[in-house]
This record gives sequence, structure tokens and C-alpha cells, in this order.
Amino acid sequence: MAVIDRLAWARTAGARLTTPLHPDDYLSLVNPLWTARELRGRIERVVPETEDAATVVIRPGWGWRYDHKPGQYVGIGIQVEGKFHWRSYSVSSPPRRDGRTIAITVRAMPEGFLSQHLVDGLEPGTIVRLALPAGEFVLPDPPPARMLMLVGGSGITPVMSMLRTLDRRGTMPDVVVHYSSTSEERMIFRDEVCALADRHDGLTLHRRHTDDEGVLDLADLDTIVPDWRERETWACGPAPMLDAVEEHWERAGLDDSLHLERFSLKLDGDGGEGGTLRFQNSGRSIEVDGATTVLEAGEQAGVGMPYGCRVGICHTCTLTLVSGTVRDLRTGDEYDDTHDSVQTCVTVPVGDCTLAI
Amino acid sequence: MAISDVKEYTHLTTEEVDQLGRELDALRAEVEESRGADDAAYINRIITIQRRLAVAGRITLFASRWRPAWVAGAAMLGVAKILENMEIGHNVMHGQWDWMNDPEIHSSTWEWDTAQPAEQWKHSHNYVHHQFTNVLGHDNDIGYGILRMAHEQRWHPANLGQPVYNALLATLFQWGVALHDLDLEAIRKREKDPKVLAKQLAQIKRKISRQIGKDYVFFPLLTAATGPANVVPTITANATANLARNLWSYMIIFCGHFPDGALHFTEEELEDETRAEWYLRQMLGSANFEGGRLLHVMSGQLGYQIEHHLFPDLPSNRYAQMSVRVRELAAKYDIPYTTGPLHRQYGQALRTIMKLSLPNRFTATDQPAQPGQATADTQVERGRRTDAERPTRSAQTGDWYSRSSSGGSSRGSSGGAS
Repeated sequence: MAVIDRLAWARTAGARLTTPLHPDDYLSLVNPLWTARELRGRIERVVPETEDAATVVIRPGWGWRYDHKPGQYVGIGIQVEGKFHWRSYSVSSPPRRDGRTIAITVRAMPEGFLSQHLVDGLEPGTIVRLALPAGEFVLPDPPPARMLMLVGGSGITPVMSMLRTLDRRGTMPDVVVHYSSTSEERMIFRDEVCALADRHDGLTLHRRHTDDEGVLDLADLDTIVPDWRERETWACGPAPMLDAVEEHWERAGLDDSLHLERFSLKLDGDGGEGGTLRFQNSGRSIEVDGATTVLEAGEQAGVGMPYGCRVGICHTCTLTLVSGTVRDLRTGDEYDDTHDSVQTCVTVPVGDCTLAI
Repeated sequence: MAISDVKEYTHLTTEEVDQLGRELDALRAEVEESRGADDAAYINRIITIQRRLAVAGRITLFASRWRPAWVAGAAMLGVAKILENMEIGHNVMHGQWDWMNDPEIHSSTWEWDTAQPAEQWKHSHNYVHHQFTNVLGHDNDIGYGILRMAHEQRWHPANLGQPVYNALLATLFQWGVALHDLDLEAIRKREKDPKVLAKQLAQIKRKISRQIGKDYVFFPLLTAATGPANVVPTITANATANLARNLWSYMIIFCGHFPDGALHFTEEELEDETRAEWYLRQMLGSANFEGGRLLHVMSGQLGYQIEHHLFPDLPSNRYAQMSVRVRELAAKYDIPYTTGPLHRQYGQALRTIMKLSLPNRFTATDQPAQPGQATADTQVERGRRTDAERPTRSAQTGDWYSRSSSGGSSRGSSGGAS
């Protein structure tokens, strides 16, 4: 701790010399990773996995913590045509305290220009912005005795991080992985998953190529994984698959043992009541319903709202509440204290609100 | 009376004014759509150059007891401070670079290397000055409450001292600017909200103590490491750099609205002002100056003051190219477009300062006659409007953000996940 305290002191002292800037603003001139102002990373290499998917290996800069939980995702901000765009991707590398890099695996989506850019257009050496790992879709430590992984397509990435962790720690329990992909060629980490299954007796792998075999009918689980009801289950894949899984587990009364990872933000909380949203300093206001986030409303009103990941991870969009109440759509929590910091991308107004911007 | 009754554009019909507005809107949209990697590279390059210059200047001053090092260090630091205030700070705080979505170069977080806290600057400049440009009694930048800059402003015997006040303002410019948003007159009349005053004073105190600490305490003391004889020369070099920045920014800013040809307006012209009329007022109330690329960078592109006032939140590196189009529009609609070499523009501003130290009966106006508009007979009272007395604000002058909860936290302390 003493070292950290001294570092903090040196930074505070340094800031007296660099004011109004931060020492990191100058240190990053020497090495772009020497700044904790905004988390940064440098692209080390882009490894093709399949025709349309690649693993991007990133070396994070100052302020990064390598202790992500297997299964979590990170926010990544890339400057394209001068503008930072943010997305979240699951970390596919296992956590290592002595780590130097993290890896995310990305599939280029037809209309996803950022994923396309990540897979095709990212030169090693590019500096990107990062947001710390987040997400509840994680591997418990110690792992449960019996696990089931239902994977569709690029949903393999968080699962891969879990499997690699179990492999590295030598704590592979009884795990069944059911991995669906449109074809063999498009199956990300195909060889590695097979190799893991060969190496660990506890790991059973079912592969399914949906172009030929069609998607898995969950009723067939009884024959493929007869003891699925006794297994703690992690499911990650496209939304229709997850909806079906969720319904199936709910019907079996087993939703407590199911973990889902959706690629898109799912706002479970009730909407707010809506109201008039005022932006104090710009003097603008807008009437909104209870389903429009504060961020969207601000943008509609023409306020230069800061934003980042837009899914509640990176906190770039945080603003100070002046008056009124907002509700967090993820949790249903309400914030009504003056000076509360609210994440505008995941909150909606409950009645009239004023924000300091 | 609306602004379109002013002589310079009585020849324009309402439709023509609206058409001009649409053409300027189209120009704006064109630039907004074409902002891209080159623009981002430009501001990042300027920021890198500025920071390297600042570092080089500070390091050189570790040998400041040696005269050539003193000169080189002060010069580099002076240029760095000018760049930081003019091309970077002023423009970033207008929101010109907010489109990059980069929290490190954003109007809501930027703090600049001068005595005035960014938050107060964004109010007094982005809002009050840019929205009410050259409207007597509304735009506090007409003489900064110190100088009488328009015939319509009531003369007072104290104005006789203008040549002296002007020299003091130029020399101490950053301190004058630091107090600008306080509204000293309202404080004197005890009309200022004590809460707001206390908050503003706390912000100014904190900012000034950090600025003075850096330039006149910590860096000079550090240079003692290479010999105690460096301490005093470092102090004088830093003071010289600050003085150079003060004089330069004072001069550039006085060329923006005070040369002959830049018109003043009265409150009546604000009534029912349309967006197109706002554009017109910006064009008529601002003055450009001519010069090379380096001059424009060093003045934060304020040589394109007309373009800056039309599009305060568009990236400054685009003003040069936009000026070609704006000039064409001015010619097409037969509207004056005031410009000239820097020395002439400043000379005219200086002449106005000298002349208006005297009552109107001793002087003739250098402004073109403006029948139907503010005349020398119109007398505007001193004192400022409060925000509550002002019309609602326009959307594109750059926001101002009140970080009331943090009492003016520095951007350094919000340093992410350290």
C-alpha cells in the first residue's frame, strides 16, 4: 500500500505543476498507454478465428485491472472517422493477475460497422479506449459440480473464458457444452474446444451445425443431456435462442439455476412515468414518455450529451441530477437526491426532472 | 423594430433574409457531415504540439539564469499558453470538438490555462457574448464594463482615463477576464445573489491559487535544483510568457468586434429575432482580419471572427474554407463583410477607445451612419442584465455546464480508474 500511497501523492504533487491538466496528459505524450485519465489499450494483434471472426489482443494501459471474472465483458471505444464509438465484447482470455493483455473475440455482423472494423480494419498499434470489465454472467469460484453451457455462435466468447479458466486452474468439473454454429467453418474456437474436450474427462462437447441440422429443439435436451435439470446452466447466443431457453427453464421452474448473457441491453425495470426533462445550463427542455432514456431525450432536444457504451457500462454519460427523480431501467432503482450522478443511457425520468448540462 | 430594419439590410426582403439563413444552414450541415478523421487529427496534433512546447519551455527554464535559455524558455512557454488559450481552450469550450465523443477533448470537462474558471467563461462568453453579440446593454464584452466602446454608451468623466484603463486591461487581461462573469457592478449595488457569488469566488480562488502556484512558486522552486540563481529568472520568464499571452489575446479579441464597420445593436433588434436575423446580426457585428495560416492558428482562427460567430461550435480548422463561401454570400446579398490587415483592424479599435474617452460632442463617429438603428442620440444605461431578463438561449453557441455539486472540480481529479 505504501507504494500506491506514494504514487498517489506524486500524482497529486505533479498535478500542481501540470494544472489545469493532469500529469498523465503529458506522460501519454511519451507513451500513449501512460495515462489513467481514460482507460486506454493498444491493439497488439488481430488473430483471425474464422472467415468473419477474429480475436483482438489488447494491451491495456495504466489503471487497468486484470482481475476480470471469467465471462465478463469490456467496453471498447474505437475512433472511426474521428469519432469514438463504443461497444461491449466478452473477454475471451482467462483472467491472469500477471497478465499483460486481454483478448476479445468479435464476429463481424452484416450491419455492425464497428464489429466489421474490429475484424478487418484494426491495425496493430492502434490506441483504443477501454471500460473496465463488467457483467454478471460469470463463473463462480469454486465452480458448481455440474454445469451446462448452451452456446450459439459468437456466444462462445464468454464461455471460452470460463473453460480456459477451468482448464488453467485444473478445476474442470462435470461440464457439458452444447455449441451450435451455422457451419463447421464458422465455429469460433472449434479446434481449441475440441482439444479441451479431449484433454478433460469431465468436459463433454456436443457440436451442432444448424445449417444442416436445424436449431436445437430444447425438448431434445432430455435425450442429449438427460440430467440438464440438475445442472447450473449458462446460456449465451442470439436473442431468439435465449428467449427460448429462458422460457424452457421457467416452465421447468428452474430459472434460479439459469444464467443468461444477452448481447444487447435488456431493460427489465418498469419504465418511468415520463415528464418534462429540463437541461439546466443549456436551457433546453423536452417532453418525454417513460420509455425514452434521459440520453436519448437529451439528444432529441439537441443537447450535446456525452455518451459512451450506451448500455450502462462505461459511465461516460454520467450527469448530475439537479431535481426530480429518475429510474434505472436495469434495476428499477430510483435516484432523487440533488447531486446524484445518474447514468443517462439507462435511466428514464419519473415525473419532471432537471439535469445539470 | 426588428434587425431587418437596419440600413445595411433594408434592401433585403424577409424572404431574402430567410433564404440567406437557409444557405448558411446548408453550409453548416455540409461541414457537420464532413467532419472526420482529418479534423480529429488536426486538434490532436495542435494539442500535442502545444504540450510539447510547454514541456520544452519549462525544461529550458532550468537554465534560465543563462540569458539565451531565459529567452527561449519564455518564448516557448508564451507560444504554448497562446495556443492553449486561443486555438485549443476557447474552441474546445465552445463544443467545437464534442462531436468526437472524446471525454478528454470535450467542452464539459475542459479547463484552460488562465485565471478564469472554465464554467464562468462558458456562461459569460458562449452564452452572453455569442448570443447577444454587440447588443448594447446585453453583450458585456462591449468594453468589458471598463471601456466605453460605442457612442451610444453614456459618457462619464471616468471615461477620460480610458487610454490608461486600456493599457492596464491589455497587460492584466487574464485577471480582467477572471472577474468578468462576476458582474462587479451588481456586487457593488448588492444585487448579486450571495450564494452564486460565494460559489463563483470559491472557483476563482481555487483556480488562481493553482495558476499562481504553478507559475510563480512550484516551477521556480524546482529550477533551484540546477542552481538557486535560476529561481528569479524563472519567475520573470513565466511572468513574461503570461504577459505575452495577455497582450496577444487582448489584441486579437479587440479586433473581433471593435474595428470600424462592426455594428452595434439595441435591444429592440432582439425582439422576435429569427434564426436568419441572428445570423445577420452576427455577420454585421463581427470583423475578420487577414493573415497567413500561422497567424490564424495563433489567434485561434479568430481572424475568421465572422465565421466563428455564425458557427461557434463548428471546428475552427474549417473556418478558412467556410470564409470563402460566407464572403460569396455576403456579396450575393450585398451585405458588408468587414476585414483588413491585423494592424489596421487593431488600429481602428484603438482609435475608438481613445476617441470615446471624450464626450460625443468632441468626436465624429467612424461607424457608417445607421439611420433607423442605434444613433449617437440613443443612450444606453450602464449595468448588466441578469439571465432572467434575457430571451431564451440559442442552441449552437456552445453550452455552459454548471458543475455545482463538485464546487469546480478539476478535470485531473476525475481521472478515471486510477
